[in-house]
Amino acid sequence: MVMVPLLTTTGISKRYGRTRALDNLDLELEPGCILGLLGPNGSGKSTLLKIVAGLTRPDAGEVRVLGLKPGPAARARLAYLPEVDCLYRDLTVAGTLAYVSTFFADWSPARAVELLEFMDLNPRAVVGTLSRGMRARLKLVLALARDAALFLLDEPLAGIDPRSRARIVEACIRQYKDGQSMIISTHEVLHAEGAFDRVVFLEAGRVKLAGAAEELRRRHNCSLEALFGEVYA
Amino acid sequence: MIRIDLSQPIYQQIMDGITKKVVRGELVPGDQIPSQREMAQLLRVSPNTVQRAYRDLEALGVVHTLRGQGTFIRAAPDLIGSLREEMLRRAVTGFAREMRSLACGREDILRALEDEIKRGDDGDGTSSDDDRHQ
Repeated sequence: MVMVPLLTTTGISKRYGRTRALDNLDLELEPGCILGLLGPNGSGKSTLLKIVAGLTRPDAGEVRVLGLKPGPAARARLAYLPEVDCLYRDLTVAGTLAYVSTFFADWSPARAVELLEFMDLNPRAVVGTLSRGMRARLKLVLALARDAALFLLDEPLAGIDPRSRARIVEACIRQYKDGQSMIISTHEVLHAEGAFDRVVFLEAGRVKLAGAAEELRRRHNCSLEALFGEVYA
Repeated sequence: MIRIDLSQPIYQQIMDGITKKVVRGELVPGDQIPSQREMAQLLRVSPNTVQRAYRDLEALGVVHTLRGQGTFIRAAPDLIGSLREEMLRRAVTGFAREMRSLACGREDILRALEDEIKRGDDGDGTSSDDDRHQ
């Protein structure tokens, strides 16, 4: 069986004005793993995920997602959780789910219900009244309720309370099914590192270090959190 | 519950954690252990890591997984004996290496060991290595 790489980027670059977000980035990832996309703010994590999701295009270079060019066909098979808060404040939690579900053929109502419960979200609550942590949980439900081949989660742990953070990591582990792939971007390594099979450390739009999480722990005799500190020292 | 030290490979710690419970007799043949998914959630680690640990434990004959029923301890008594021996050897190797790095000779090592054993016998035997794992 020939395995189609999950993701291949060949020399992709992207600028926003004078800021270079991605700089001739080469990356190849195999499917069936949870990848930690790590790096400080401004290292290019969000830009890379947006390009993979087909929401923006690189200025140069080639991208293949699930063997496809980024676009509608690829987007139908991937679930993207944006960093920004994209929820309608006036909808209820259940209303938000009902609304979002209409966009996706692979939406699983059963999974959505199970996730709501696991996340302690009240379906009748109005989005505008939810705390930041609760809104982060809801965003994750929206992404994980789909039966996608690839999940792109952009900073799902940023700026939220420890309890919500722990619950979000648990939900990712719980929902992950054999053969699926997840890319989780974060600059908070400590709380999520156990969940990662592989990691890519980005710096200034380039790959600084990449490898299997367990192999990096063995070779450097330290946690990914500690390695993160060393890489960006 | 297995405590995970994130500075070391996790899969090895899962294997050791379960093996240790078998060696101590906390888990006996026929006992069910958490499913891979449950274990991954419990420890907050990748399901792929747990899968690898369980697969290797199965290859060693420590556990077996029955489709649709779960994962069970199956280690035979002679296997438990050799697992115990292997873990003991590993602990001693680490201890000996540390002693050598302190330039301790046979006399020092044996005296320190005797003292430690005596202390353990006098106390209530709380110094299991799980307590100082972190």
